[in-house]
Amino acid sequence: MSLDKKQIAQRIAQELKHNWYVNLGIGIPTLVANYIPKGIDVEFQSENGLLGMGPFPIEGTEDADLINAGKQTVTILQGGSLFDSALSFAMIRGQHVQLTVLGAMEVSQNGDIANWKIPGKMVKGMGGAMDLVASADNIIVAMMHTNRKGASKILESCSLPLTGVGCVKKIVTNLAVLEVKNNAFYLLERAPGVSVDEIKAATAGKLIIEGDVPEMKF
Amino acid sequence: MINKVVKNVHEALEGVKSGMTFMLGGFGLCGIPENAITELVDLGIDNLTCISNNAGVDDFGLGLLLQKHQIKKMISSYVGENDEFERQMLSGELEVELIPQGTLAERCRATGAGIPAFYTPAGFGTEVAEGKETREFNGKMYVLEHAFNPEFAFVKAWKGDTAGNLIFKGTARNFNPMMAMAGKITVVEVEELVEAGELDPNQIHIPGIFVQRIFQGKDYEKRIEQRTVTPKS
Repeated sequence: MSLDKKQIAQRIAQELKHNWYVNLGIGIPTLVANYIPKGIDVEFQSENGLLGMGPFPIEGTEDADLINAGKQTVTILQGGSLFDSALSFAMIRGQHVQLTVLGAMEVSQNGDIANWKIPGKMVKGMGGAMDLVASADNIIVAMMHTNRKGASKILESCSLPLTGVGCVKKIVTNLAVLEVKNNAFYLLERAPGVSVDEIKAATAGKLIIEGDVPEMKF
Repeated sequence: MINKVVKNVHEALEGVKSGMTFMLGGFGLCGIPENAITELVDLGIDNLTCISNNAGVDDFGLGLLLQKHQIKKMISSYVGENDEFERQMLSGELEVELIPQGTLAERCRATGAGIPAFYTPAGFGTEVAEGKETREFNGKMYVLEHAFNPEFAFVKAWKGDTAGNLIFKGTARNFNPMMAMAGKITVVEVEELVEAGELDPNQIHIPGIFVQRIFQGKDYEKRIEQRTVTPKS
């Protein structure tokens, strides 16, 4: 069984380490906040100027002046702080944020990522993604392994305009956990019940399989 | 104390003309200068270059200026919430420069801080870096990005005093402080205008030295783009 979006987020949450500052992108990455493992303290950074981001506000208490980078109303936890966009990206470029989780349309085996533009069709802009991927030491991509037509998004090289080069270290998809190194995708884990052959078939880039590949544990 | 107060939005926008370059604060619809935008629509000036992180939504924020085709060029990082924007861009009616959000913030800051250009890693190896100088520092590649040169900056603050000192609220701060620093003429609208001396100097986010005009704003809608809530249990 391939994972649903919530399970992808749940698997990524296992990567969180105690006392990390974490930036979560829009979409699946946002869901990671729902699955923080017990005993782990992390603080979420929202690049529009908020550290210590909390859950959505109780109905009726929402504040137009307190939103996240996805323009959703949020709350601020005790010990949180507010700042301007220049300081926010100083935190990001200055590598004070330990982990960035973001979505992607394509990832290539040398760690390039494309997620901001489909020429002639969709041009929404990169937002903070280019700053995040150019700076973070630790980048995890959350994505579906294939697109809606079944074509692989895990490629030898990206066909869409790039967001960043050689930056992705790890990918968690609905089928697998992959490590990106040595110009290849290393298969670390399979989704429960998904075979190595299924993952091979869904991966267009160079896939390295070493020994028995364990199933993800939840 | 130098007094920066102007009577109203009409006086605050004196001197704006077609063809000018403006900065406008805000992230999404959070912390946008609503009064200044309404006045720009009413003035009907066009051929504008607008530097703003986003372009509003179809019927609010900068979307109001787009509807009337008053904007020639947008410089933004993310424009995904505005269908009319996307239509004008894809049809070629609107010139658009999309730049990384951190680069946008730093270019605004640099403008006000007397820094003509700076190196950033954001966008290296992508089309954002095309035609720009690049350079290696400590084994990593960086792109040279330049300051802006806006005629006016339109800023929204929560509280301000007659000397132009500003305090922002929540995430409505976003790009407003750097843009306040960057305008040749910085026009600030506030929810609450008080006498100089009433704000605690320890709490001021932007000192009045950066502000040329300040006025008491009115009729704030403060529209919420994505109302996400936790249901009452």
